[in-house]
Amino acid sequence: MTSTKKDPVLVVLQLAGGNDAMNTVVPHGNPRYYDHRKNVVVPQDQVLDLNGEVGFNPNMGPMKKLYDEGNLAVIQGVGYPTGSRSHFRSMDIWHTCEPTKVGDEGWLGRVIRDLDPQGENVLTGVNFGRGLPRALVTPGVPVASVGNLETYGVLTGIDDVDQRLKALDVFSKVYSPMIGTGPVMDYLAQTGLDALKGADILSAAPDMYSSSVEYGSDTVSQYMRNIVQTHLAGFGTRVLYTTAPFNSFDTHAGQMAAHTRLWSETSRAIGDFYDDLQEHNAGENVMLLVFTEFGRRVKDNGSGTDHGAGGHCFVIGDQVKGGLYGEYPSLEENKLDEGDLQFSTDFRSVYSTILEKWMGVDAKPIVNGEFEQLAFV
Amino acid sequence: MSDQDISLIAHLMRRAGFGAPLEELQARAAKGYDATVDELLDPESQPPMERDIMMRYKVDWLSQAGLEGQQEEWTYRMINSKRPLQEKIALFWHCVLVTGHAKCEYPKQQALELDMFRTVGMGSFHELLNGLAKDPAMVFYLDNCMSHAGAINENWGRELLELFSLGVGMDGDFNYSEDDVKAAARAFTGWTVTNSIPRYPYGKYDAKFMFDPRDHDTGEKTFLGETGNFNGQDIVDIIVKQPATARFVARHLYNFFVADEPQVPAWKDTPPNDAAAIKELEDEYFRSNYNISSMLNVLFKSDWFKAAKFAKVKSPAETVVGTLKLVGDFKFPRPGLDMMTMNIRFMGQDLLNPPTVEGWHTGREWIDSGTLVERINFTADQVGNVNHSGVKNIINRVGSLGPVLTADQLVDGCLENLGAYQISDVTRTQLVELAAAEGEIRTDSEGFPLRVATMLQSIVATTEYLFA
Repeated sequence: MTSTKKDPVLVVLQLAGGNDAMNTVVPHGNPRYYDHRKNVVVPQDQVLDLNGEVGFNPNMGPMKKLYDEGNLAVIQGVGYPTGSRSHFRSMDIWHTCEPTKVGDEGWLGRVIRDLDPQGENVLTGVNFGRGLPRALVTPGVPVASVGNLETYGVLTGIDDVDQRLKALDVFSKVYSPMIGTGPVMDYLAQTGLDALKGADILSAAPDMYSSSVEYGSDTVSQYMRNIVQTHLAGFGTRVLYTTAPFNSFDTHAGQMAAHTRLWSETSRAIGDFYDDLQEHNAGENVMLLVFTEFGRRVKDNGSGTDHGAGGHCFVIGDQVKGGLYGEYPSLEENKLDEGDLQFSTDFRSVYSTILEKWMGVDAKPIVNGEFEQLAFV
Repeated sequence: MSDQDISLIAHLMRRAGFGAPLEELQARAAKGYDATVDELLDPESQPPMERDIMMRYKVDWLSQAGLEGQQEEWTYRMINSKRPLQEKIALFWHCVLVTGHAKCEYPKQQALELDMFRTVGMGSFHELLNGLAKDPAMVFYLDNCMSHAGAINENWGRELLELFSLGVGMDGDFNYSEDDVKAAARAFTGWTVTNSIPRYPYGKYDAKFMFDPRDHDTGEKTFLGETGNFNGQDIVDIIVKQPATARFVARHLYNFFVADEPQVPAWKDTPPNDAAAIKELEDEYFRSNYNISSMLNVLFKSDWFKAAKFAKVKSPAETVVGTLKLVGDFKFPRPGLDMMTMNIRFMGQDLLNPPTVEGWHTGREWIDSGTLVERINFTADQVGNVNHSGVKNIINRVGSLGPVLTADQLVDGCLENLGAYQISDVTRTQLVELAAAEGEIRTDSEGFPLRVATMLQSIVATTEYLFA
C-alpha cells in the first residue's frame, strides 16, 4: 500500500449459498476428483488450466485473464475449525469472526469504526442489496444500504418530483428539532438525517458516471457497476459490499446448468468491474475479496451437491500478487472430514492479511486474534 | 363516543394486536374498552384462521419446509387473524423463548413451536416452560440432546435460567450461581429427541421429545437452595415459584406491551422504569398461579398502560403487518405476499431466524440508517397507493369532512385515520404548511386523493410514526 497515495478501498462480494469449490477451481490433475464426481463434474479438456494440477471452471474466462495478468490471487481451501453446514450459522461466523459463540459485531463494521471513529462520513461503508449483512452491522456505525442506486433515496414512492421535494423538506425540518429532546429521539433523529444525507450524496453518483463497459443484466453485475459508480464519485467510501442474492450458489440440484450460469455472470461481472476501474484509472487503490460461506460435499448427489466445507477465496486488484495460495485440500478418503474437504487456511488469515497489509488497520481486535499473514498483497 | 375513546382503543389495538383501520376502532370503541380487552384475552371466542383457504392457495404453507414460506404464512395470520392477541403473544414468546432457523434440523419444528405459543402462551407460564423443555426445536437448538449423564452440555440449562426464566440478576444481585446451571443441566440429561431421519430421499419427519432414563443423571442435585434427586420437571417447578421469575416475566411483558425498557442484559443492575407497575404484575403472577392472561388483564386495564401511548418503537413485524392491515391488502392469499414479507427481514427482523439466542434487541436498536430507509419507504409506498381499499376508505372519510378543508383538517383527518397519531407542535407546523402549499383543499377536486396520499406519506416518515 506504500505505492498508493489514495486511501485503500475494500470491495467484498459474497457468493451466498455455498459455492462448490471443486467445480470452481477444478483439481483436474487429480484422478480422485473424477472418482468422487460422477455427474456434477467438469471434464478435464474443458478446464482453464492454471498449473497442470488445478484450473478454473470453463465459464470463468474473464477471471482467468486477470489471473494470467497477475492480478488475481486464489486462496485455496479456506475455512475454519469444526465447520458448520448451516448457511446462516456459517455465514455468521464469516461475518463476525466468532466461530464458537454468537457475535454481535460484524468484522467490517469494526473496520468502518476504525477508519471513521466519529462517524463523520455517513458513506464510509456502503452495502448494495436489501438489508444489511451482519458483517456490516456494528452498534453505532452508520452504513448506507442501497437496493438500487438509480432510485435510492428517502420517500422514493412519491412520484411527483415537486411533491417529493416538499415532503423531503418537511422530513429534514421535522427530524432536526428532535435533536436535544432526549437520548432516544437524538439517536432516531440523527439516524434519519444521516440516512437523508447519505441518500442525497449517493443519488448524484449515477449522473457523474459514464463508461464504455457494458455490464450484464444480472443482479451481481448491476451491483458491481453501482460499486464502481460510488467509488468513482469520490465520496470517501472505503468499504463496499454486495451479495449474490437469494442464496443462489446453493446448488443442491441441477447444478451443472445453474453453476454454469452463475459463474458466467459472476466472472463477467468481476472482469467488467476490473475493466471499468481501469478505464477510469481508478483501480490502483481498490481490492476485491470474493468469498463464500462454505464449500460443498466431495461426492455429488446425482444432480447437485449438498452442504460441505472448504471453500476458495479470490482476491483481485492492481496491488494483488496474483497466483495460487494455500494448499488444495486433499481428496484422499482418509483425509476427508465426514466426506468434506479439510480446510487448509483459516479465513481470518485472509481477513488479517487484507486488513494489515492493505487497509492499514490493526487486524487483531477485528478478527479476534492473531492469524498467519499471507503473501498475496 | 369521544376522540379519547378512539385514541385509547387505537393504542390498545396497536399493542394487543397489529393496529386496525378506523372503522374497526370505531366498532370496538362502541363496545367499550374493557369489553374489547376481555374479548382479546379470550381468543377462543373468535373464529380461527380459515386454514382450508390458506392451504388451497399456498401449498408451501402446508409443507412448512422452508423459512420463507413460514414467514409468509405467519405474516398472513398476523394480518388476518380474528384473534390478534393470540398472534401477538406468539410473537412475544418467539422474541423471548428463542429458537432460530440457523440451527434447526427441520423447519417445521419451529412452526409447531409457534403453535404451542398460540395455544399455551396465554395460559400458565409453568405449563409453557414444561412445553418448552420438551419442544424438539428447543432441545436441538440449545443442544440438550447432546447433554449426557456424566458429560453434560450446559447450553439449555444456562439459557433456561439466564434468558427464559430467572434472568442473570435483579436489584443488583445474581439470581443463580454456576453450580445452579450445572445442577439444572444434570437434571435435564436424558431429555432428548428421537433420531432425525435424513432429508433425502423421502423428506423430513417431525421429531418427537423422548426421555431416555439410561442417559439421565439420577444423582442428588442442589438447585436454588433445594436438594433432591431432581429431574427437569423438578427444576421447572422450582423455577416458576422464584420471585426472580415473576420479575422476569413482568419486565418482558412490560417491555413488549407497555413501554421500551432497558435491554435484557442490563436488568440485573438497572431497575424497571416503572417499579410500581412491575410490582403489580409480579403480584398477579403469584396470585393467578403464574397465569399470563391474568397478568395481561391487569396490564391492559391499568392506568400506566393507558398512559403509555407511543412509548415504544415499533418492531419491523408490527410495522409491516400494521401497515398492510391499515391499507387493506392481503385479506386473502394471493401472490406477492412473499416479497412483502421480506420487508420485515429488510427492516432487521428475520422472523424465526433471530441473530442470537438473546433474540432481537428492541426499542431504538431497531433503527439504523439502512433499516430506517427501508421502513419509511415501505410504509410510504403502501399508504401512498390510492388503489388500496384501505387508502380509498381514508380518502373518502377525510373527504366527507366538508367540501373545502382547512390545512389543519387535512392533517388531523389523516392522523386520526392512521390510528389517532399524536405529533409534536414542530411536526404539526410543518405538515400544516405542506397541506396549505397547494392552495385551497377542495374535497371534490381531481387532485384531492393525491393530496391525502402525500399527507399520509409525510406523516409516516416522521419520527413520531416510528413509535406505537
